[in-house]
Amino acid sequence: MTAMPAARPRPPAVGYWIGFGVVVVLLVIAPLVLPPFWQRFATEILVWGLLAMSSDILIGYTGMVSFGHSAFFGLGMYGAAAALLTVKPPSLGLALLYGLVAAGAAAVFVAYFATRLRDIYFAISTLVFSQIFYVIIFTWTEVTGGENGLTFSQPRLTIPGLWSDRFTPVTFHWFVLAVVVLSYLLVRRITQSPFGMVLQSIRENEPRTRAIGYHVERYKIVAVMLSGLFAGLSGVLYALQNKFAAPDFVFFVVSGEVVIFNVMGGMGTLVGPFTGAAFFLLLREGLSRLPYLAEYYLIPLGIIFIIMIIFLPQGLLGFLRRRLNA
Amino acid sequence: MDQIIIQTLHGLVNGMVLAMVASGLTLIFGIMDIVNFAHGDLLMLGAFVGASVLGVTGNYWLALLVAAVVIAALGVVLQVTTLRPLIGRDPLTTILATFGISLVLQKYALWQWGPTVRRISEPVPGDFTLFHLQYPWYRIATAVLAGLIIGGLWLFLKYGKYGIWIRATTQDRVMAQAMGIPVPLVYTAVFAIGSAMAAASGVLFGPFAGVTQTMGFDFTLRAFIVVVVGGMGNLGGSILASIFVSLLESYASIVVSPAQAVIVSFVVLVLTMLFRPTGLFVPTPK
Repeated sequence: MTAMPAARPRPPAVGYWIGFGVVVVLLVIAPLVLPPFWQRFATEILVWGLLAMSSDILIGYTGMVSFGHSAFFGLGMYGAAAALLTVKPPSLGLALLYGLVAAGAAAVFVAYFATRLRDIYFAISTLVFSQIFYVIIFTWTEVTGGENGLTFSQPRLTIPGLWSDRFTPVTFHWFVLAVVVLSYLLVRRITQSPFGMVLQSIRENEPRTRAIGYHVERYKIVAVMLSGLFAGLSGVLYALQNKFAAPDFVFFVVSGEVVIFNVMGGMGTLVGPFTGAAFFLLLREGLSRLPYLAEYYLIPLGIIFIIMIIFLPQGLLGFLRRRLNA
Repeated sequence: MDQIIIQTLHGLVNGMVLAMVASGLTLIFGIMDIVNFAHGDLLMLGAFVGASVLGVTGNYWLALLVAAVVIAALGVVLQVTTLRPLIGRDPLTTILATFGISLVLQKYALWQWGPTVRRISEPVPGDFTLFHLQYPWYRIATAVLAGLIIGGLWLFLKYGKYGIWIRATTQDRVMAQAMGIPVPLVYTAVFAIGSAMAAASGVLFGPFAGVTQTMGFDFTLRAFIVVVVGGMGNLGGSILASIFVSLLESYASIVVSPAQAVIVSFVVLVLTMLFRPTGLFVPTPK
C-alpha cells in the first residue's frame, strides 16, 4: 500500500473515460453477437462482478476483508423471491426493493457487531455471521424452502406508463448492464468523495485517522452497509436471471469466491473485481472442459490463485490502480 | 436428568476431539500469525489416509500413526512452498493462501477417494449401558487418547528442548533468532506438528460420523470459534473453550435440532469478541 501523493490538480482522465466507453459499448454489443451460452455467461460475469465490486469497497478501500458477502448476496436473492412469490402480479421494482431491504437489514446487523473487530477477527466474524444466516435459511424449511430453495417466475420489465415487456436474454443483459454501470459510477463517486477518502485513510493508518478526529467505527459501519446493499443488489439480479433462490448461495464458498475475484483482478480498483470474476469464470469454464479434469477444475484454479497471491499480489489490474482511481 | 448426563458426556467427548483440532490451529497462529483456513482439510485428508491404511493393514493404531506422519510431511511441503514466501506480508494474505490450499485439498480428496462416505471401524469394541443408551467405549477411549496427545504436546512445549525453542519464538522471534534458534525451521516444524495433530484428530473422529471430503470446513469453522473464544494463540484457553463450547452445543441440542445448535457456538463467539476480545479463559491483560 503506497501513501497518497500530496494533493495536486488532477489531470483530466481522458484515457480513463475513453477506455470506460469502449468497454461499455462492447458489453452492449456482446449479447447481439454471442451465441446463447456465452450471452448468458456475459450476464453472469456482470452479476458476479457487481458482487465482487461491492466487496472491494471493504477489501480494497477500507482494508477490511469480508468473508461473509454470501449472506448479503443470498438475502438479496431471498428478498427478491419473497417479493415475487407473495405479491401478484410479480413486480420488478418490488423484487429490487425487498432484496435491498433484506440485504440492508442483514448488513446493519453484521456491521454493528463486526466493525468493532479488526483484521482477521473481522474476517472471521463476518464468516460466522454468514454461517448463522446460512443455518437459519437452511433449517427454516417452511419459509425458505430449506435445502430445495424457492423457485418463481421472472417479472416483466416495466417502465411505468411507458413500456412493459417480457425479458429476453438480450434485454435482460442490457438491464443488468445498466444496473451494473450505474452502480459502478455511483460507487466510484463514493470512493472519491470525502467519505471515500476517510475510508482510504482508515486503510492506510487507522489510529492516525482516529487521532485526526474521525469517528472510525461510524465510517466502517456505513462502509459495510453500502457494501452489503450492493451485494444484495447483485443477489437480486442473480435471482432474476435464474428464477430461483437457494441456500447454496448463502454458503461460505460464495464469499470465498468473491475474495478470489478481488485478489485475482486487483483490489482497490473497482474494475479489478469484474476482471477477476471474468478471469475466474472463464478459467473455470475452460478447465472444466478439459478431459479428466471436469469437476476437479478447482485443483489447478486453486494453484493458480496461490501463485497469484505470491507473485502478483496486486492482481491483474493492479498496475492500473492509480489510473483507475483518477 | 439422564438426558443432561448423556449430553454432558457427549459434549466432553466432542470437546476433547475439538480441543485437539484447535490446539494445532492455535499453535500455528500463536507462532506464525497464520490463520490456517486449510486446517480442517488437513484433518479431512488425514482421516482419508487413515481410512486407506486401515483398509490395507486393518491396524487402527498404525493408521493413526501413518496419517499423522503423512500429513505432517504434507504440512512441511505446504509451508515451504506457499507460506514461507508470504512471511512478512499482511497476515490477511496468508488467510487467502490457506483458503486456496483448502480448495485444492478438498478437490484432491474428491478426486482421489470419491464422494462416498468412508467408514473407519471402531478400534475399541463394546459399549456400556448409560440409562436407556448403549454408549460405546470407543468414544470414551477417544476422549482419553485426545487428552493424552494434548498432554504430550503440552509437556513437549514445556520441557522439551525444541518445545522451548518454539515457545521462545512465540514470545519474541527476533530475540529467538539472535540467540541462535533457527526460526524458519521452527516455523516449518510447528506447521508440521499442527498438521499432524489435525490428521490424528481426523482419524480419531473418523468412527463417529464417517469421512467425507466436505467434513473439513465444519471443523475449520468450529476450531476458529474455540480458538478465538479461548484467546488466540493460547493453548490452555483453546482447550477449555473447546470443552465449553461443545458442552453448550450438546445441551442446546436437547432443545433444538443439532443443525441449529451450531448457532449457540456462533453466539458465544460473537459475545466473546464483543465483550472480551482477548479470550474467555485467559487472565485479563494489563
